[in-house]
Amino acid sequence: MIRDAALVAAKDLRLELRARVGMGQVLPFAVLVLLLFAFALDPDRGVLERATPGLFWVGVLFSSVLVLQRSFGVEAEDGILDALRLSGMAPAAIFLGKVAALVVQLAVLEVVLGVGVVVFYDAQPAHAPLLLSVAATATLGIAAAGSVYGALSARLRSRDTLLPMLLLPLLAPVLISATRGFEVGLEGHAGGGWSWVALLGVFATLYLALGAFLFRPLLEDA
Amino acid sequence: MSTPPNRSGHAPPVASGPESTSSTGTRVLGAAALVGLALSVVYGLFVSPPDAQLGETIRMIYTHVPTVSVAYVAFVVTAVSSAMYLWKRTEFWDLLGASSAEIGVVFFVLTILNGALWGKTTWGVFWRWEPRLTTSAVLLLMYIGYLAVRAVPADTRVRATRCAIVGLVAVVNIPIVHKAVDWWRGLHQGRTVLGTIDPEMGGNQLVAMYLSLATGLVVFVWMLLHRFRVAYLVERAADAGLEEALAERRAERGTPSVEVAP
Repeated sequence: MIRDAALVAAKDLRLELRARVGMGQVLPFAVLVLLLFAFALDPDRGVLERATPGLFWVGVLFSSVLVLQRSFGVEAEDGILDALRLSGMAPAAIFLGKVAALVVQLAVLEVVLGVGVVVFYDAQPAHAPLLLSVAATATLGIAAAGSVYGALSARLRSRDTLLPMLLLPLLAPVLISATRGFEVGLEGHAGGGWSWVALLGVFATLYLALGAFLFRPLLEDA
Repeated sequence: MSTPPNRSGHAPPVASGPESTSSTGTRVLGAAALVGLALSVVYGLFVSPPDAQLGETIRMIYTHVPTVSVAYVAFVVTAVSSAMYLWKRTEFWDLLGASSAEIGVVFFVLTILNGALWGKTTWGVFWRWEPRLTTSAVLLLMYIGYLAVRAVPADTRVRATRCAIVGLVAVVNIPIVHKAVDWWRGLHQGRTVLGTIDPEMGGNQLVAMYLSLATGLVVFVWMLLHRFRVAYLVERAADAGLEEALAERRAERGTPSVEVAP
């Protein structure tokens, strides 16, 4: 099971390293979003500094839609999903492999965005353990929930519009929790931040379990 | 000769099924709903007194509570149907889940409209980031996604599986959205009138409240039965259309005037 998941994850990451679509297109897009926010919100009035956690996570969510479309788009072509199904790997293992590869890609994305907000928005990462915990749990939740909907919409012609429409409302609690968690973490007193990490953890756990359970019907029938 | 496979892969089409969506049961339910609505109007608008703090706007709660309750009940029905579909793989659970989700969305829209109007009269603005309104908006968008998936043309079995998955994924999120929005707006915030039963209600106010709630649930069951039957008839019509097309093609092959490609 774990070996199969590792195989799928390694395949995805190798593919990504060779194709460089993520590096070449999604990362610049994420940075572009940061610039657009700066143009939209006057940088001189302190709005950017106050809104940094929210803007960071909105940037992550929008970019993650692109990463997901890429991750499942490659599977949908040439009947590769069917080939994966016939490979004899447990659907849950395939799911966990996809999630693992996504977590790595989203982590890279978040590091770039993180550097971006420090440079452009003058954010001070005051409480690193809290910020890292929020990022880790939120990323896991995005990857888990995103994999279910990514696989569901991969073979549809309307996937480009359907995926964000399905996924973004589902991730609303992640956006709220991660933003609040980051707010606390940037201010430097972790106290209230850990309950947001707990909520993000519950979200991630629920969707990891549900995804592992749903991936069989998803691969077989949808 | 074996029966040709039908479109859905479910039960074979029935030649002479029901042709309308009404039955004795739904007529009785419909009559009960009408009586309930009439009584709710009488109690909600005339018999029950205005509230000490909320004044006349308390009457909006008599429609708000039933609509939001029905919406949640509908989404739970959809979730249960989704789980049952993935287990049993029968058309019944698929159609029930989809019918219920549709009604749930309608009632959620009503809830949000009602909440916004209440906001306008009470706060002077249509929208405030009040926890219950915010939660409703997020959940509404989630279930509009369900209907969007439903609307994507696909083989019946594929569509049913997709919808069942969305139905389950969405319902799991309901408590998390609630928690996140509550914490976001601050747990210690004063009472949120919308969506909660005012503990200070008494006498005829409570009668109006529970009467409209019960009526709402009757209306839901009535709508669900009809919507389910419509969905069932749509499937049968699609099957019949396919049978007809098949028969036509076979007839064409039989006629000498039609050139058949080698």
